[in-house]
Amino acid sequence: MAVPMTPLLKDELDIVIPTIRNLEFLEMWRPYLQPYHLIIVQDGDPTRSIKIPEGFDYELYNRNDINRILGPKASCISFKDSACRCFGYMVSKKKYIFTIDDDCFVAKDPSGKEINALEQHIKNILSPSTPFFFNTLYDPFRDGADFVRGYPFSLRPGVPTAVSHGLWLNIPDYDAPTQLVKPLERNTRYVDAVLTIPKGTLFPMCGMNLTFNRELIGPAMYFGLMGDGQPIGRYDDMWAGWCVKVICDHLGLGVKTGLPYIWHSKASNPFVNLKKEYKGIFWQEDIIPFFQAATLSNEATTVQQCYIELSKQVKEKLGKIDPYFDTLSDAMVTWIEAWDELNPPKKAELPNGAAK
Amino acid sequence: MSHPIIKDDEVDVVILATQPDLTSFLEEWRPMFSRYHLIIIKDPDMQKDLKIPEGFNHDLYMKSDMDRILGSTSIRFSGYSCRYFGYLVSRKKYIVTVDDDCVPAKDGRGFLFDAVAQHISNLRFPATPFFFNTLYDPYQKGADFVRGYPFSLRNGVKCVLSCGLWLNLADYDAPTQALKPDERNSRYVDAVLTVPLKAMMPLSGINIAFDREVIGPALFPGLRLAGEGKQRWETIEDIWCGMCAKVVCDHLSLGVKSGTPYVWRKETGNAIETLKKEWQGMKLMEEVVPFFQSVKLPETAVVAEDCVLEIATMVKKRLGPVDPLFGQAADAMVEWVRLWKAVASVSPTPGV
Repeated sequence: MAVPMTPLLKDELDIVIPTIRNLEFLEMWRPYLQPYHLIIVQDGDPTRSIKIPEGFDYELYNRNDINRILGPKASCISFKDSACRCFGYMVSKKKYIFTIDDDCFVAKDPSGKEINALEQHIKNILSPSTPFFFNTLYDPFRDGADFVRGYPFSLRPGVPTAVSHGLWLNIPDYDAPTQLVKPLERNTRYVDAVLTIPKGTLFPMCGMNLTFNRELIGPAMYFGLMGDGQPIGRYDDMWAGWCVKVICDHLGLGVKTGLPYIWHSKASNPFVNLKKEYKGIFWQEDIIPFFQAATLSNEATTVQQCYIELSKQVKEKLGKIDPYFDTLSDAMVTWIEAWDELNPPKKAELPNGAAK
Repeated sequence: MSHPIIKDDEVDVVILATQPDLTSFLEEWRPMFSRYHLIIIKDPDMQKDLKIPEGFNHDLYMKSDMDRILGSTSIRFSGYSCRYFGYLVSRKKYIVTVDDDCVPAKDGRGFLFDAVAQHISNLRFPATPFFFNTLYDPYQKGADFVRGYPFSLRNGVKCVLSCGLWLNLADYDAPTQALKPDERNSRYVDAVLTVPLKAMMPLSGINIAFDREVIGPALFPGLRLAGEGKQRWETIEDIWCGMCAKVVCDHLSLGVKSGTPYVWRKETGNAIETLKKEWQGMKLMEEVVPFFQSVKLPETAVVAEDCVLEIATMVKKRLGPVDPLFGQAADAMVEWVRLWKAVASVSPTPGV
């Protein structure tokens, strides 16, 4: 059977990159990413100019732009934290988003061949997920794989994939305590698998190497309130991932994890990380059970409705842990308002029209 | 935290002989099997004498032994199902079992993977069913829990079932294999992961290992197809008991892992030939999956035997009306627990 070419999705996909330094890392990615439009969200001091390599088509937003575009609603976007990247999701007009950190480079597979991470993400996101029954040979839609004996035929069409979560070789995404205990550990194991995370199972989503279908799940990809003026950091992607998974499970959408790998080059300072994560390490003991028990009503049929319901539950159940969650709950609502303002329903949609 | 080493004398390797000459099979596995005690079950339907090479510490059970030990029973221990007899008579804490058409898999440099050692490692280290670790098994060397993994969940739970995979001939059903006659599984995925809480999966009995003392009662020959034959894709008994075992594990906070080790499964059978038969199995799976996803066990069921009996009652009540095979499966489950209590007494293992 001939292997079909993976579509580039050049006009349907934006690449969102948060940065405070420079974007030299893009040079290594040039063969794979140059065809795409970039949305760069500049964190930190807006007076600093960010150097972007020649030949890339991009929009650049700094804090002043965010304030100008969102007005008072800009309060929901984190300052001095890569969580600000979610502003890029909001202003994008494309169907898909690929987000990558500026210390992530092209990795090689065990045969020495460079990995085109975006191509793998696209394969993941364009093929269905299988959250209702675990396939022991992992993603059955990959070349050379299939559903195993016992897999019900009625479940084989799968569901649409909303998220493709990639992994990292070299510096693994450990928390601060683990980094302190194992400063030299590197992830050298290339696991040649993509798999659907089963329905009802939560996972720690890392924003370093992530692709999602903005139309299916975009409004849930809010990266929370982190960084300057906030009691917590390094939990932005975690928070988004828990919200996203609960909503995907509710709406019958899939989340995949595994390939592609990127090469993560920079180990952040574990002592700095510990200060940022400290509260999160305690709070996650309550946050996880909260998300595990979260249910959404039958009336919540859009992502925005699900997200607003979740925000109310956050206020009600997590508010008692710390006032931070009250603020976060409000920010979640502000985020949805801002999202809807920047992304009004398309005029072509009739009230009772068919889905796109 | 230390995880006690599993000693050689705590393990039985159970082998079902479906072919009369086990020489080439056992010779290929000799480097891995020779340190362990083997329980070899000869398929009662096989007429020819069994040939077993020298040098293995083993016990062989044939039809006459099985009849004597089992007494009168409604369970037919034949074909793939006679392997379960091995679980009944074993006196060890752990069982490792592979089909006799499987040989050790090789890595890219030609070195053999020690499937038994990997299974034992999977059982030795905890499972993590309550939260997904994106770097897979955190207890493997070079891996750990990732950022965002709650600390209170990092001790994990006891892993009682290790489900391995297959290179070359994957465990596909007949239509899938028939549609892709040349497809062979050549992808070695270097990972083992815990199957999350509430996630259901199809257990393939081709290459598994388990804690017999804890989960043995939940691994039984229950659902037998009317047209069940000697090819794996004509069976479903492992899928069925695997679903039970997973529900039991979820209820008792025990873990199930899937992934490495791989075995190399040899060419066998003709999928297209099997297409001529009716596959009840696949039709039945449509009922089986929603049923198991909805099973809730009572707090009072605290050991596997009790859980299995509860499930059997539910099967009889809810699935029995759908197909008589389910009613028979429920009866078989009750009978299995009876046999387990009668035959499979557990000798105390020091230090456990």
